Amino acid sequence: MDDTAIIQVRGLRNQFGDQIIHDNLDLDVRRGEVLGVVGGSGTGKSVLLRTIVGLNRPRAGTIKVFGEDITAMSDVERLHIQQRWGVLFQDGALFSSLTVAQNVEVPFKEHTVLRHEVIEELAAIKVDLVGLPPDAGGKFPSELSGGMRKRAGLARALALDPEILFLDEPTAGLDPIGAAAFDQLIRNLQQSLGLTVFMVTHDLDSLAAICDRIAVLIDKRVIVDTMANLMKVDHPWIRDYFHGPRGRAALAGR
Amino acid sequence: MTAEQGWFEASQAGGAWIVKVGGRWDIRTVERLEAQLRTVGAAVGAAPPAEARIDLSALEALDTAGAWLLQRTLHSLARAGTTPRLEGVRPAHAALLERVAEAEAKPRFLPSVPSPLVALIANFGQTTIEAFAKGRDLVAFFGLTLVVGSRILMSPRHIRWTSLVSHMEQVGLSAMPIVGLLAFLIGVVVAYQGADQLRQFGAEVFTVNLLGVSILRELGILITAIVVAGRSGSAFTAQIGTMKVNQEVDAMLTLGLEPVEILVLPRLAALVICLPLLTFYADMMSLLGGAIMSLLALDISISQFVKQLQGAIKLTTFMVGMVKAPVFASLIALVGCFEGLNVEGSAESVGRQTTMSVVEAIFLVIIFDAAFSIMFSYLRI
Repeated sequence: MDDTAIIQVRGLRNQFGDQIIHDNLDLDVRRGEVLGVVGGSGTGKSVLLRTIVGLNRPRAGTIKVFGEDITAMSDVERLHIQQRWGVLFQDGALFSSLTVAQNVEVPFKEHTVLRHEVIEELAAIKVDLVGLPPDAGGKFPSELSGGMRKRAGLARALALDPEILFLDEPTAGLDPIGAAAFDQLIRNLQQSLGLTVFMVTHDLDSLAAICDRIAVLIDKRVIVDTMANLMKVDHPWIRDYFHGPRGRAALAGR
Repeated sequence: MTAEQGWFEASQAGGAWIVKVGGRWDIRTVERLEAQLRTVGAAVGAAPPAEARIDLSALEALDTAGAWLLQRTLHSLARAGTTPRLEGVRPAHAALLERVAEAEAKPRFLPSVPSPLVALIANFGQTTIEAFAKGRDLVAFFGLTLVVGSRILMSPRHIRWTSLVSHMEQVGLSAMPIVGLLAFLIGVVVAYQGADQLRQFGAEVFTVNLLGVSILRELGILITAIVVAGRSGSAFTAQIGTMKVNQEVDAMLTLGLEPVEILVLPRLAALVICLPLLTFYADMMSLLGGAIMSLLALDISISQFVKQLQGAIKLTTFMVGMVKAPVFASLIALVGCFEGLNVEGSAESVGRQTTMSVVEAIFLVIIFDAAFSIMFSYLRI
């Protein structure tokens, strides 16, 4: 079971007006791996993530998550499968009228029949799991720093113990120390909770530090391999990306 | 005991309990397991055994919720005087159990909730203080606007004509259909209601007097001001607020531009110019509505209406209404811009400030209208 594809994308096509973003794109994400998705601006990294989680309907192709085709799914079925993944948006996307603890409690209240005290306990554990101090639970998103908002968003994404975690640029806007700590946090959670992580990122350090494999979006398709193998690929963008000054620095720090 | 569910079995051997735990202990089964554990706990109650051996080897799935429940059970066993021991823990589960135990051990932050009465009083006090503070800030903002405004008047080449004309179009010209329609309808309503009452005294013709005085003195300007507060005051707040969220206002400051000069003055000037014009237009539309209603309901011809109106009103009646227009315009524009500049951080704040701006502008317009009434009655106008 461990090496099968938990997400299987076949022949995906995304198009906005005349602009084709993805064409005949195939991608497999294996259970239990951390997959980093990279690509230049406008190559559709976030669109790919949004398409897999169902926020964007593809023009063509199938997307199977847990072996079920989500493009052909009814809303009720999708609701069920959505509980098995969590999504962290760029700036946390916390509900601004709720406190952090209430934000984390939302999925519990919506999708479980647990008693309120149990929900509070579990929410407090999630808040601690992502490394927020205990008093953060009572604060509103506007009172938190960017890094803390991301952690809170992660706590909400993890609320129902999802099997897959989707991260959209988790370290963007964080200082290098905060970014490294966040990388480590994701790695730790991935190991202790047995998560599969699908991570869109620009951060070469993150890629080097925590990704098992890397998917490069190029020419409307995707090339997936380990970092070491991708370094050998002879494609101008990939070469510039991994062998540019930042790429070398990230690899040197490995 | 299907694979989809979690279960536990307790048996006793000597002085020890042997609890076998199996199945899925996850968020979907935790509710039922917790209830079962509580019944078991209550049944044992007084005579807990000295030791409990908990065997996790049959556990198929464990998530944070399940781990929490296990840890909580271990805690309550320990509290009751039983030494719990975990057996057959898989490495994958051990990491999670350990992490959850660590999280559980941290102190919980419980927000203190004051009693409703105290909260009510505190809330009342806070709101009062905030209202006064806002009043002070608004006066300060008015002062700032005056200072910057007079500086601009000294060097007229700094006047932003393009911006001024564009705002005049937005707050004046574009408001004409709605203001005209509402004013016309108000004229119709006042004429109709007035005629109904005055007919009882056989004094229908005085409907015209009622119409002329009430519209020119009060209703024309009030309707216009309220519509403009809702339409343009809110737009000012939303426009400036959005710029604040986008940090455009900060960018202006770093570029050495004065936000009051660029954002506030053109809007203020546009409204001060347009509101009197709109008021005059509203007055005329209301009188037209009243005249048409008088013609239809009272058979007062248009020429008769005009003649009666001439006798009923003086120039001061009209001026009393018109003189309020620039004052109300300043109020609406100042409150709108002030609340816009008070926007902080999020998009939610824009919505909140916009609501506040409309409410405060209408509130101030009515307060000032009352003050004008008192003043005019002292002046015997």
